[in-house]
Amino acid sequence: MSTQATQAAEIAINSNGNTAKKILVLGATSGIAEATCRIWAAEGAQLFLVARNANKLAAVAADLKLRGASYVGTAVADLDDTNIHPELLAHAVNSLTGMDIAYVALGVLGDQVKAEQDFEQAAQIIYTNFMAPVSLLTWLANYCVQRHAGVLAVISSVAGDRGRKSNYLYGSSKAGLTAFLAGLRNRVDREGVTVMTIKPGPVQTSMTAGMKGAEKFANVNKVAAAIAKGIDKRVDVLYVPAIWRIIMLVVRHIPERIFKKLNL
Amino acid sequence: MSESVVDPQTTNAAPPLFESWGRYPKYNANLIPLNWQSDFPGVVAGVKNGALPVGLGRSYGDVCLLNGGTLMPTTGMSRLLDFNPETGVLTAEAGISLAQVLDFAVPRGFFLPVTPGTKYVTLGGAIANDVHGKNHDAAGSFGNHVPCFELVRSDGSRRICSPTQNAEWFAATIGGMGLTGVITWVQLRLRHIVSRKIDYEGIQFHGIDEFLDLKHRYQDVEYTVSWVDCASTGKNFARGVFMLGEHSKVPGELTRTPEPKLSVPFDFPGFALNHTTVSMFNSVFFHKQMKQHVRTVQDYEPFFYPLDAVLHWNRGYGKRGLTQFQYAIPWDHAKEGTIAILREIAKSGLASFLAVLKAFGDVPSLGMMSFPQPGIMLALDFPIKPGLTFPLLERLGDMTREFGGRLYSAKDAAMTPEQYQAFYPQWQDFARFRDPLLNSSFWKRVTGDNSTL
Repeated sequence: MSTQATQAAEIAINSNGNTAKKILVLGATSGIAEATCRIWAAEGAQLFLVARNANKLAAVAADLKLRGASYVGTAVADLDDTNIHPELLAHAVNSLTGMDIAYVALGVLGDQVKAEQDFEQAAQIIYTNFMAPVSLLTWLANYCVQRHAGVLAVISSVAGDRGRKSNYLYGSSKAGLTAFLAGLRNRVDREGVTVMTIKPGPVQTSMTAGMKGAEKFANVNKVAAAIAKGIDKRVDVLYVPAIWRIIMLVVRHIPERIFKKLNL
Repeated sequence: MSESVVDPQTTNAAPPLFESWGRYPKYNANLIPLNWQSDFPGVVAGVKNGALPVGLGRSYGDVCLLNGGTLMPTTGMSRLLDFNPETGVLTAEAGISLAQVLDFAVPRGFFLPVTPGTKYVTLGGAIANDVHGKNHDAAGSFGNHVPCFELVRSDGSRRICSPTQNAEWFAATIGGMGLTGVITWVQLRLRHIVSRKIDYEGIQFHGIDEFLDLKHRYQDVEYTVSWVDCASTGKNFARGVFMLGEHSKVPGELTRTPEPKLSVPFDFPGFALNHTTVSMFNSVFFHKQMKQHVRTVQDYEPFFYPLDAVLHWNRGYGKRGLTQFQYAIPWDHAKEGTIAILREIAKSGLASFLAVLKAFGDVPSLGMMSFPQPGIMLALDFPIKPGLTFPLLERLGDMTREFGGRLYSAKDAAMTPEQYQAFYPQWQDFARFRDPLLNSSFWKRVTGDNSTL
């Protein structure tokens, strides 16, 4: 009797989950996050969006609702303020009445040149890109472990695979995040929780606007499509575009005595 | 032309980051995208040599270019903001493309009120050029279906513009070539459809008299446009196909269009389009319509957007690019003007694939600088051939002027200042509405006003 009831509930969740995924998006106004959300919205997903700027978040939320999201909740929050995380996340999960996927997309490129001289700038990059996600993921991982379900899809970067002089503060913050995710995956995978490390190469978004060669960067919609597909397939580590897996394999294997002399 | 045009034949320089559809002229500019309604004017604070908002670069010449200045692509502002299924009024950010609007609207049983021959234009671009479509007779131009929009100026002021609120800014911005400010969001009144299908008819004609007869006979049909062969002389002079369409009234499929797969991946060599190949193409097109009169049901995509199926088809014209010549001559001289100009074009041997002939209706455009006016409209592409194309275009422009017509800024790379100022005598009134930060290479060329903040 109780087994049947449980099965019925699971079927309800599954059929609900198949037609309307419940997705929490942290950093929802980032270019990659918004493009991914458009794919989920078209599938009728239920979304809860968190971002810092109220006007931008309102425009993104209106758009996703019109594009087919069956529910769009929002919260304006500065995620650098880690003290608010538990309450914010509990509210979000409550609004979604559950959570299938947490998409952690917050991040800043920062000013590398300034950060080389100014520790405040360096610390800011590391805080937003590493400390804040660690705080969010600690809560989210424990939530998922309790339920033995869920996907934690986190945007790191190819820049975290090896430090380079042009962006080693951004890179080291992402390297820390990548290592954290590997360890977290090792801990929670056996509990039925998927931790996915997403490593985009350079993508055409507002983060990279004005950078040299930006016209050759990957198209954000193609990157988003690859991420949505990767999440469906529960991939552990996703390089997007896929060529970056090979590029970074090579970059990682350049001997340090040569690498240190390169201008990368 | 201007000394700083990049000649693709003589330099190995990388192509500019932003090109117009004709890929002529080629100018270098700095790009600063506008991704949010709040980005302008803050993100371009301190830029030198002016700025210009741009969409998808489907206008042909230099109306979407600013040599040495800053172009602000708006395609990141592509959010849908509101839709009222009762009234069909859609509110969206100005950088969304008509293709994206159709993806949203068609499955809900709605369609664009007016559409140009490509769906790869933004709402902002459609307003800035006050584009028209095959239903001009009944519907007027694009601006006639825009209840309101928001205009942001470089001084940071924001105005909601409609025919009754900030009406003078509304009129100046429709057809205002992006010079009056940045349009952040737009309302557009969509129309109902019950099917993707178009009831299509194609009828051969020989000469302008037969064209005008058909136009009168079918004046109640919503969409009409003609293809005319402007390469032929003698008995085939001004032969063509008169094409009619109506949205099918039989309820049918209302699905999204799949992504196009065909693309021209590289520039064709310059000799690919010459008199022989163009004449062959025109003959094939004419005789594809084997029967005098064809009736069929077709999807709206090939009816409205036959060329969108091949992305980057403009590369077929090679590195030097192409330009378009498009006039509207009022009824007084429409017939004699069209015959004289078609003869001049046929004589030149520079004719092109696409000569589109259409009658404009009487619905007045709301824009101060709008192109459409009642009469005959002809549009055709010319490959850029040094020493040949521009002298011909200047002659054709002068003929257009003699017959009381005007040329279309959105398609132009060749108008002289004298021609432009005769076609649009209200240009100085319009100049008062130009944002002091914004300018375009087109505006500088035809008015000589090089000033920017």
